[in-house]
Amino acid sequence: MSAVSYGMVVDTRTCVACAACVIACKTENDVADGFSRDWIFTATSGSFPNLEMEIRSERCNHCEDAPCVSVCPTGASHYGPGGTVQVTESKCTGCKACIAACPYDARFIDPRTGSIDKCTFCVHRVENGTPTTACQEVCPTKSIYFGDLADPESEVSRLLQERQAYALLPDAGTRPKHFFLK
Amino acid sequence: MKRRQFIRVGSYGAAGAAVAGGLTTDWYGRYGNPIADPGTDGDRVVPSFCELCFWKCGILAHVKDGRVTKIKGNPKDPLSNGHLCPRGAGGTGLLYDPDRLKKPMIRRDERGSQVFEEVSWDAALNEVGENFERIKAEHGAGALALFSHGYGGSWMKHLFKAYGSPNIAAPSYAQCRGPREVGFDLTFGSGIGSPENTDIRNARCLVLIGSHLGENMHNTQVQDFADAIRNGADIITVDPRHSVAASKSRWWLPIKPGTDTALLLAWMNVIIGEGLYDREYIETYAYGFEQLAEHVKAFTPEWAYPRTGIEPDVIRRTARAMGAARPATLVHPGRHVTWYGDDTQRSRAIAILNALLGSWGRKGGFFVPSHLSIPPYEYPGYLPHDDQAADRPAPSDFPLADQVLAQGVCDATIPGVVGDSRIKAWMVYGSNLPTTLPDPENTFKAIQELDFLVTVDVLPAEIVGWSDVVLPEATYLERCDELYAPWWREPYVAVRQEVVPPMYDSKPGWWIARELGSRIGLPEFFPWKDSEEYAKTRLEAAGLDCDVMREDGVIVGKPGPLYFEEGALPEFYTDSGKIELYSPRLAALGFDPMPTYDHSALEEPPEGYYRLLFGRAPVHTFGRTTNNRLLSEVYRENEVWVNRDVARRWGLEDGERVFLQNQDGKRSSFSAPVKVTGRIRPDAVYVVHGYGRRAPKLRFVHGKGIDDNELITRYKVDPIMGGTGMNVNFVTFLRADAEEVA
Repeated sequence: MSAVSYGMVVDTRTCVACAACVIACKTENDVADGFSRDWIFTATSGSFPNLEMEIRSERCNHCEDAPCVSVCPTGASHYGPGGTVQVTESKCTGCKACIAACPYDARFIDPRTGSIDKCTFCVHRVENGTPTTACQEVCPTKSIYFGDLADPESEVSRLLQERQAYALLPDAGTRPKHFFLK
Repeated sequence: MKRRQFIRVGSYGAAGAAVAGGLTTDWYGRYGNPIADPGTDGDRVVPSFCELCFWKCGILAHVKDGRVTKIKGNPKDPLSNGHLCPRGAGGTGLLYDPDRLKKPMIRRDERGSQVFEEVSWDAALNEVGENFERIKAEHGAGALALFSHGYGGSWMKHLFKAYGSPNIAAPSYAQCRGPREVGFDLTFGSGIGSPENTDIRNARCLVLIGSHLGENMHNTQVQDFADAIRNGADIITVDPRHSVAASKSRWWLPIKPGTDTALLLAWMNVIIGEGLYDREYIETYAYGFEQLAEHVKAFTPEWAYPRTGIEPDVIRRTARAMGAARPATLVHPGRHVTWYGDDTQRSRAIAILNALLGSWGRKGGFFVPSHLSIPPYEYPGYLPHDDQAADRPAPSDFPLADQVLAQGVCDATIPGVVGDSRIKAWMVYGSNLPTTLPDPENTFKAIQELDFLVTVDVLPAEIVGWSDVVLPEATYLERCDELYAPWWREPYVAVRQEVVPPMYDSKPGWWIARELGSRIGLPEFFPWKDSEEYAKTRLEAAGLDCDVMREDGVIVGKPGPLYFEEGALPEFYTDSGKIELYSPRLAALGFDPMPTYDHSALEEPPEGYYRLLFGRAPVHTFGRTTNNRLLSEVYRENEVWVNRDVARRWGLEDGERVFLQNQDGKRSSFSAPVKVTGRIRPDAVYVVHGYGRRAPKLRFVHGKGIDDNELITRYKVDPIMGGTGMNVNFVTFLRADAEEVA
């Protein structure tokens, strides 16, 4: 049996940029005021009236070759369950090396603790019997999928086989596990 | 590289340990990386329904150590289906808003000065009760008017009916959905209602006329919209602005604002002319097809093109797409439709187009809703009262208005506007009139004429600052309200339960209404101990299990047939008993029996001015939520959408702050950043409604952005039902070097 590899797939075709994912994440994870672990990105191309718009719900990519982990001097940033990237607050000194190293700008200092905060893929849920992330659970358009990329039968694997998908900054060499369906 | 690899291998081992032990440990197991649990799961989870907007989604509120930590969708609820929009998920931002009204207050200086004294509930309620009795004795019950928005308002409406006033108004009618209800009722014999009976999820072709689903976040509609996208529906969006919905559409028709009816008529012309309509459906169910066919002959796509800016070829091709998918073609009726003053006729045109496509009562069009019947609470009959509301000069005005016109009640407060001023006092429940009724100067004028103004609200909105008495209501998470049993896909009933006790000295609406009732001699209308006992009595009378209700938050009944083809009855409550394409009723009242389009009535913006359009952001319900810190983190301030070419001409930079000034010289109180974009026509600008707040005690939103409503000094009244068309104002830019006025 291959190891579990958690990943996320967001359908950009159905996402309407409502940001329910952002709010649900903030309350589920008690994220500090003024900060969020996930966010909405929109890009418009073309000019009036021939326009296209792309909408993405984004967060930490939980990279397989995560520069935030390799750069962390204390081992606070580490690979956790299902190959997710996690931060142990007690080991984090708030040096911000990982913030500089992350090409996705997914990390910030929680002003309440002085340590790094970022998306955990809701491992406190998925490792304890709730198989969904908070952003996925709330999503009114059901555009967010989460599951085991190592399992070819999982919904995320199936979607990646059936639909055209891309990851962000593939050239950064980080092997992200967060994909977007075209 | 090596180090990364090493760690990766190590961590996979750790994942195995996590499953067993709930902890991640390193390979030698001495120090761990515990999975940090944010600890937001409730020790209690209370089902209820939301009030961040008026869709009323079922929620599950998590309560830990007496504090609401998070709000989830209730999977058993037919409106939320376990999912929420951002507002619903952000309800704690309202509950814990530090700006909430905390104690009853009585004004102690001139009106509008915002000088209040905190008083006891007894003192505040006595003051209100005495004024209500005095008004009735001096001027009659009809001199007291209620403005209400939100479900808690049901208790106040009950109080007013018992008191005997017919002047119970809600801006959700004449400032929002009214024309749609009247237009569809004239055509199909029933209105649309809320939640809408639109079968979006099964539509194979979906036509949105200015509906910005996705930015307008009525949860179930957006869920269904995503289903329609997934199912590959042909989506046609008609909007001067490239909305989110437009970006999901196969066709975006960037129509010239105010010309929608011309497009609708041209579509009818093609659909009838090319035989694309549902002949059998029309023959069986419709009245007046011959007249309609004759009527629309002249409205060719070539006729529509110079009016709408939509090319004839596009009009034809979209009409054919609609015809090809029928009857699963839904021309969405919209929701906020008070735009140009001809809104009932435009809604009629939408209804007629749906009829031609055979979509009413059909899968992918409009389903036939059902409803759980719950007996009303047994009260003594409401007192007989003078039936005619004071909202219009003569009973024959706006003959098809079937609700009270909020702006009319406001006008009837000012001497000389609609005859004598018949209204002397207002109660305003959850309805911030200065940002809701058009021409706010007129609203302020009416307020200054009042003998007495009491507001019931949760936040210190603008209207609160103008009140004589302020009654702080508990939020939706702190009170039990009236049962909710809407007409929907499946019949069901939902209950709003008290999740946590009211904070501060706030009180639930039922309590406020009951206490007032007992002070003005109407205790027999409030015989129940509390709203829970009230709800229980009704549920038991309906034979429903109160324990299930308390546990689940909803009870869902068996759905009836949804479509004619499944056995739903094709019943049309019009005079003819048929779908009225030609309306004898309108003809008898002297209105056009079929919609027409008068291009000469469309005003062009003066040179250097742009039509002011407004809409919604997905995280906000107009001004009701803009002080919610949680939601405002995502959308803190509105922006002025300006077409790229227009911005270039003005030398406006993206992000540069401007004031807007309208055709009457009215300048916005505050400025907002410009959003330079290709996503809007050059003849219009757009802002999200609910910003530019002047209420000084709303600390998070005060002074942020521009309030479109203060620039709506003009409006066009729909002669059929009195709706206020508000998209008829033009604005120009003032650079924000001028000082901001408070």
